[in-house]
Amino acid sequence: MATKRNTTNMITPGLANNRRLGRRSGFSDRIFSNTTLVFAMVIVALLIGLVIILVKDAMPAISRFGFSFITNSTWDPVKEIYGALPAIYGTLLSSLIGLLIAIPISLGAAIFLVELAPKWLKGPASFIIEMLAAIPSVIIGLWGLFVLVPIVKNPIEIWLGSHLGSLPFFQGPPFGVGFLAAGIILAIMIIPIITAVSRDAMRAVPNEQREAMFALGATRWEMIRQSVLPYCRSGIIGAIILGLGRALGETMAVTMVIGNSYKLTASLFSPGSTIASTIASQFGEAATGVSVGSLVELALILFGVTLLVNVIARALVWRMTSVKVAKE
Amino acid sequence: MKATNRGYTRRKWVNRLMLGLSSIAAGLAILILALILGYTIIHGLSYFNLNFLTQAAKPVGEAGGGMRNEIFGTLILVGLGSIIALPIGLLAGIFLSEYASPRVASVVRFMADILAGVPSIVVGVFVYAIVVRPMHSYSALSAGVALAMIMIPVIARTAEESLRLVPNSMREAALALGITRWRAVIGVIIPGAMTGIITGVMLAVARIAGETAPLLFTALGSQFGVQGLLKPIGALPLQIFRYAMSPYKSENQQAWAGAFLLVILVLGISILVRWVSNRKRI
Repeated sequence: MATKRNTTNMITPGLANNRRLGRRSGFSDRIFSNTTLVFAMVIVALLIGLVIILVKDAMPAISRFGFSFITNSTWDPVKEIYGALPAIYGTLLSSLIGLLIAIPISLGAAIFLVELAPKWLKGPASFIIEMLAAIPSVIIGLWGLFVLVPIVKNPIEIWLGSHLGSLPFFQGPPFGVGFLAAGIILAIMIIPIITAVSRDAMRAVPNEQREAMFALGATRWEMIRQSVLPYCRSGIIGAIILGLGRALGETMAVTMVIGNSYKLTASLFSPGSTIASTIASQFGEAATGVSVGSLVELALILFGVTLLVNVIARALVWRMTSVKVAKE
Repeated sequence: MKATNRGYTRRKWVNRLMLGLSSIAAGLAILILALILGYTIIHGLSYFNLNFLTQAAKPVGEAGGGMRNEIFGTLILVGLGSIIALPIGLLAGIFLSEYASPRVASVVRFMADILAGVPSIVVGVFVYAIVVRPMHSYSALSAGVALAMIMIPVIARTAEESLRLVPNSMREAALALGITRWRAVIGVIIPGAMTGIITGVMLAVARIAGETAPLLFTALGSQFGVQGLLKPIGALPLQIFRYAMSPYKSENQQAWAGAFLLVILVLGISILVRWVSNRKRI
């Protein structure tokens, strides 16, 4: 990796300015390289345009509600009062449930894939888990709505309600659709990415680390816990945050199982909304400037949060993989 | 670490327990996939028939009816997205790998990664603002633009990665023959990276074929079949969503049949990608 990258960079500037190529070829070369530059700038323009357009379209809502948009919890198209709190709460709550379920399963699966699986099984098992990421969100939502939601309602919610009903999270009637179902669906959708990225991070741990622990008489688990996991901690945290970024922005599957009710409640059994599901279900009917603006402001908040989360995750994962490159 | 017998037994059991739990976790992840896939394929196949492929949607209550128009619509949208995204993504990838200075490349690469992480519903809202609103109509074109926007960073990054893997000796050999640099790129370097580029494009196609959220406010869906690029258009994932949320059993069943078709399509492409990239490695 490292050597290839360096040589490419070394040779590129020299050749781009090569005077020995004839004038005509220099001209056609310049046209070609400038064309590639223009098309690369499309990416930059799309991103900058996205921010500008979102801010501009959200302006009616931003100027009218100001900061209260985030703290207000009504969404009333008749009186034209819009507040994002229930959507933000629902997004965070469902993503949190998703992470709580996905993290142990993903890390266990990654440990299995790197440290335990026999060689012949590693490739196919990785591939199967990655296939889960390829299933379109609308199909996971369909399965969630018709297969998972009935199971969540009875027995899961009924059992939780009767055994842990003293906690505020597990009170209220079991609907099936709601935060809990959305969280489980999100967990299913982020398991592949957390597994794949943390698997790569664990693979980057040099074997000397493992051998040293074994030489001290550690069991395999002690080796993993005291040598592998600390060494790739930032990569694993990065993997989890990448999963969080995916969960926050997920739209279709969540819209299908969360029940789309706009309220603020502690009960996980209750139907709710996320930012993405609110946009998906309301944007088509929004007519006035303020209602469109409020939905675009929701989109802007979602964009800002996922941007932040992705940048943090990339920094962590990049640090881990650059350690690997340095070791090679 | 005490060498006492009791301590050792405890450590051995902790070891077994934790490794067992890891294996169960891996098994669970695979089981979930098997459950979703198995259910979708078996359940979907039972409602899947020739009418589904050849007939247009019929009102609730009438027998038969299918998603011919939506299947056709999805093919058009995927084609449209690819036509827009392919030149942009490929040339941007060439720029990143062959021409950009390291600093510019890292900025563009970072922005491409950010763009790839933008939630697809936000892409839908953005394309609504820049295409649908100025043209005063939902359209196939706007949906193609939205899908292209999701494809571009994927294609650009995979093209860049595979172009970088072309050994420099090939670049030097081509230039030593006296051809210009751009002809070396087109005639030697791109063919050398072709497998990787095709893999990236297929990955991008697999991803957008099932995308639904960006189509909600761009393609919209259509009861009248395909009427051209400037009119609303139906799409398979969009119809699956609408029919899944429908109160009618017959429409729910059509949603399952559609899901079966979509899963076969998307997983087929994914397996093909895997096969192509494996062959490259050997």
